[in-house]
Amino acid sequence: MSEQKKYQTIEEKQYLVRFNADTKSHLHVKDESICLTKCPDKICTIFCPAEIYKWEDIRMHVGYEGCHECGSCRIGCPHQNIKWEYPKGGHGIVFRLG
Amino acid sequence: MSEKFDAIVVGAGPAGISCAHDLAKGGAHVLLLERGEYPGSKNVMGGVLYRKMMEDIIPEFYKEAPLERPIVEQKFMMMDKESAVTFSYKGMEWGKEPYNNFTVLRAKFDQWFADKAVQQGAILINETVVLECIVENGKVVGVRTDRPNGDVYADVVVLADGVNSLLAQSLGFHKEYRPDEVALATMEILKLDKKVIEDRFNLEDNQGCTIELFGDATKGILGTGFLYTNKDTLSIGVGTLLSGLIKHKIKPYELLEYVKSHPMIRTLIQGSEPQEYLAHLIPEGGYHSMGRIVGDGVIVIGDASQLVNAIHREGSNLAMTSGRLAAETILLAKEAGDFTEKTLDHYRVRLLDGFVGQDMKKYKDSTHHFDQNPHYFDQYIPMLNRAASQMFTVDGQSKWEKQKKIWKDLGSPKEKMKMARDMYRAWKVVK
Repeated sequence: MSEQKKYQTIEEKQYLVRFNADTKSHLHVKDESICLTKCPDKICTIFCPAEIYKWEDIRMHVGYEGCHECGSCRIGCPHQNIKWEYPKGGHGIVFRLG
Repeated sequence: MSEKFDAIVVGAGPAGISCAHDLAKGGAHVLLLERGEYPGSKNVMGGVLYRKMMEDIIPEFYKEAPLERPIVEQKFMMMDKESAVTFSYKGMEWGKEPYNNFTVLRAKFDQWFADKAVQQGAILINETVVLECIVENGKVVGVRTDRPNGDVYADVVVLADGVNSLLAQSLGFHKEYRPDEVALATMEILKLDKKVIEDRFNLEDNQGCTIELFGDATKGILGTGFLYTNKDTLSIGVGTLLSGLIKHKIKPYELLEYVKSHPMIRTLIQGSEPQEYLAHLIPEGGYHSMGRIVGDGVIVIGDASQLVNAIHREGSNLAMTSGRLAAETILLAKEAGDFTEKTLDHYRVRLLDGFVGQDMKKYKDSTHHFDQNPHYFDQYIPMLNRAASQMFTVDGQSKWEKQKKIWKDLGSPKEKMKMARDMYRAWKVVK
């Protein structure tokens, strides 16, 4: 038995999940300038359980391919600035166990 | 798809499958739509399935369903950083028929359950997203799917599309939820040898245990952690109100790692291998957050109607009961040939009169109360731990001296009064 590692990273966690990503995103930042000018905390980059929101200097990168489709970003965005849809039928996350 | 159905059920989770199963069994022509590759592929829960409500749909399901373990022990750990006060009940009556509850893995279980609905005659179509309800003259008459020529019509549409019920929202049945009305749960399935699980959790073959974690498991934020035993895996997770994660700027997966590395937990999961990581929202706004659940030609069930009892970690059972009552109502409406809100309202009345509505009402203020008063979790639970440590540490001080110290630890007379008031208020919101 290997010794339990102290902390597992989000990348390691995401690696355990099966995704059947669509070619286009089901998540859209409605107004990019809001993230840049009105949202110092960019809290979506913190609470998203798959860390799909990443701030890249001047814009929000949305790695929709790893989305768990939980809905937190739609509800938690302080500016209601995320357009959230379900991925096309049969696409997106595929849970095998839980 | 030009054929018309008696009912279209959107979403193959516990609520939708229960409804489709009973509708088909009652002779209705029913279509069950699922957006995932298979039922269960989008569905997440900690893992406890309640026997009674499931048996109301399929008697003696436990003789054939893919279950993990019947639960014989339920533990509650009140955790501080390096300690825990634990309450538990273990009873052998739960280990035999008719059982109390079981752990399940949803991807397996939901497929089996959906298959039972199909055997009754329900038509299951996977990989299909419902984009909107088709509304004519204020009445829901069908759904628009993301398939080519994807309009399908029915006398009644049942929305069982889960916590993110964009459909109920677009009908104006409820507003967008606030971050303090939903809990974000993350969990992992950990592989561990069956024998090791049984030794470590003091279980025999085909016995399981659930542990609910309070206090330091969520770093004092309103929420709970859990650790459940499956056959040869463990389910470990933690859920907190989304508003709590936002307020404290905590990453949910780091909180999960914190729970996994907690000294009270790490020894239980040691040597296990993570198999899958899952995240999901739980509707925890309770009775006050429930929107409309009935309209002309439409019924809302399960998580889509906020049916969760957060205090008792119940949800799938409420979902199943809502699905069953919706089916019963639709069959009556079919007989009467009337699918107006007036007739379908029978569902709402039956639901609210029964245990679902009673429990929703009983705990209607609890989430809000504990959210507004974080000291239950970040002060009183540590206090309880210190009191236990003081009382049970044998160090030459008399028990009277120890009691005095515990009493002093409770704070000034004013703080003691506040605590007494808090205990009374906590009792009031759950009584």
